[in-house]
Amino acid sequence: MKEAAAPAGNNDSVAASPMYRAFLDRVKRRKRLVMVSQALLIVLFFVIWEIAPRAHWVNPMLTSYPSAIWPSFLEQIAQGTILSHTWVTLLETVIGFTISMILGIVVAIALWWWEFLYRVLDPFLVVANALPKIALVPIFYIWLGGKASIYAMAVAIAVFITILMLYSAFRETDKDKIKLVKTFGATKWQTLKKVVLPSSVPTMIAALKINVGLALVGVIVGEFQAAKEGLGYLIIYGSQIFAMDLVMTSIVILGAISTVMYLIILYVERKVTKFG
Amino acid sequence: MIDVTGVQTASASPEAAAATAASKVSLRDIHLRYFTLDGETEAVRGLSLDIAPGEFVAIVGQSGCGKSTLLSLIAGILDPTEGEVLVNGTPVAGPSPTCGYMLQHDHLFEWRTILENALLGAEIMGRPKTESRDRATDLLRRYGLGEFMDHYPHQLSGGMRQRAALARTMCTNPDILLLDEPFSALDFQTRLALADEAAEILRREGKTVILVTHDISEAVSMADRVVVMSRRPGRIKAEHRIAFAAADGGFLKPFEARNQPEFGEYFNDIWGELEVHVSN
Repeated sequence: MKEAAAPAGNNDSVAASPMYRAFLDRVKRRKRLVMVSQALLIVLFFVIWEIAPRAHWVNPMLTSYPSAIWPSFLEQIAQGTILSHTWVTLLETVIGFTISMILGIVVAIALWWWEFLYRVLDPFLVVANALPKIALVPIFYIWLGGKASIYAMAVAIAVFITILMLYSAFRETDKDKIKLVKTFGATKWQTLKKVVLPSSVPTMIAALKINVGLALVGVIVGEFQAAKEGLGYLIIYGSQIFAMDLVMTSIVILGAISTVMYLIILYVERKVTKFG
Repeated sequence: MIDVTGVQTASASPEAAAATAASKVSLRDIHLRYFTLDGETEAVRGLSLDIAPGEFVAIVGQSGCGKSTLLSLIAGILDPTEGEVLVNGTPVAGPSPTCGYMLQHDHLFEWRTILENALLGAEIMGRPKTESRDRATDLLRRYGLGEFMDHYPHQLSGGMRQRAALARTMCTNPDILLLDEPFSALDFQTRLALADEAAEILRREGKTVILVTHDISEAVSMADRVVVMSRRPGRIKAEHRIAFAAADGGFLKPFEARNQPEFGEYFNDIWGELEVHVSN
């Protein structure tokens, strides 16, 4: 790893020396090695999952195994049931997550605008954030019924941390940047629009990442209690009739949903932080 | 090492009333107090200062003496507890396009390109878009940033960034420039070069400039007049009119000014007045 030996190939367009090309090759090879290892890790996971129950290291009744899940997975896709359950959960997550994000931004702006409001609400927000929201599932179900209680759960889990994160980002906006726009005679609204919000974009992305996971948790927990459809419902139903392949399929799909949403956010992050 | 002659070329209360009429900026008997839970701080006590149109005034003093506060008062982002600040003979009621402020760091917005950064002030003031754009483009070209207009700040060196900040300030075409240690974050070579450039630009455009600095050589080499402030509570302790025989009524580049025989004298006089104690 003698990176220092390679010339810095930036703006000065010198013909790449053999050493520099070797350096680029090393970097590329390393990147490939990481990706191959990640793929191997996934394969290894499935292999162990397959072998362990078959060799009776674990009870196959409890874990099922990939080759048993695969046909039932295909069958359910053919019937369209699992897809519709997946779609329901996905939609609920996206809606819950969007509401949390918008609500979080609006409330954080309000707290920044009226500092008095922040002073008053601060302890309540901290407590609300620390409260295990899962305890609210039964209440939400009684108050709001099936569908609405699922959204409420997703929002309840995600919104408080969003508010706290964004507000502290707003408040930590560089005082001198604010002073600068003030010398140009900026109004409070202009200060918000031109300095506070843009400089908080990295925190918004971070909140987005956390929110996607939290909203999914909220939706699944909500579905456990309240739903007649969705992956959370499928997991509860499957475990009640001891259909472990159904439960495992649902969990694998949940993993896939998380991955896709993570990739989308990564894409958004790249787009938004073009200056970085 | 220090020759403390203690000679004060001007007293703290100059030809105030007479000068005020023709002044570009006039501070009249300013008092300023801050309140915090820990107590009350008297930042400025009874300070009066008149600055003529086109004059280049440097204010020197130790950190915490309230010299930056004076700029905030003139810029209208801070109100004095007592006293009056006049710009062009009218009391200051808030930020106005007459004054352009430059801070110690460039504070370019990293999410904006250099051109967009230069347009910030014009945008906030709601100036016509194409006109401001032309002006910003022209300024950036003149400051040697023509090729970098679509770059982001992190792609530029410290000196280039500060020049972009100067373009941002000049884009709104202020009459008065308030410079709050604008070169102090730069390395020494860049600092000297940029001081030359900035001085030339500001002189050529006939701006009234108030430069706050703790660097005595910077003050003496750039300004027509150096005002020395006391420790807190800030008052004017002495004033020095800077004149170099070699300038022959005109101006010297700051870099040349540093080589003049008078330079050392001014430096020593002001150094003596600053009461620098390392223990503080």
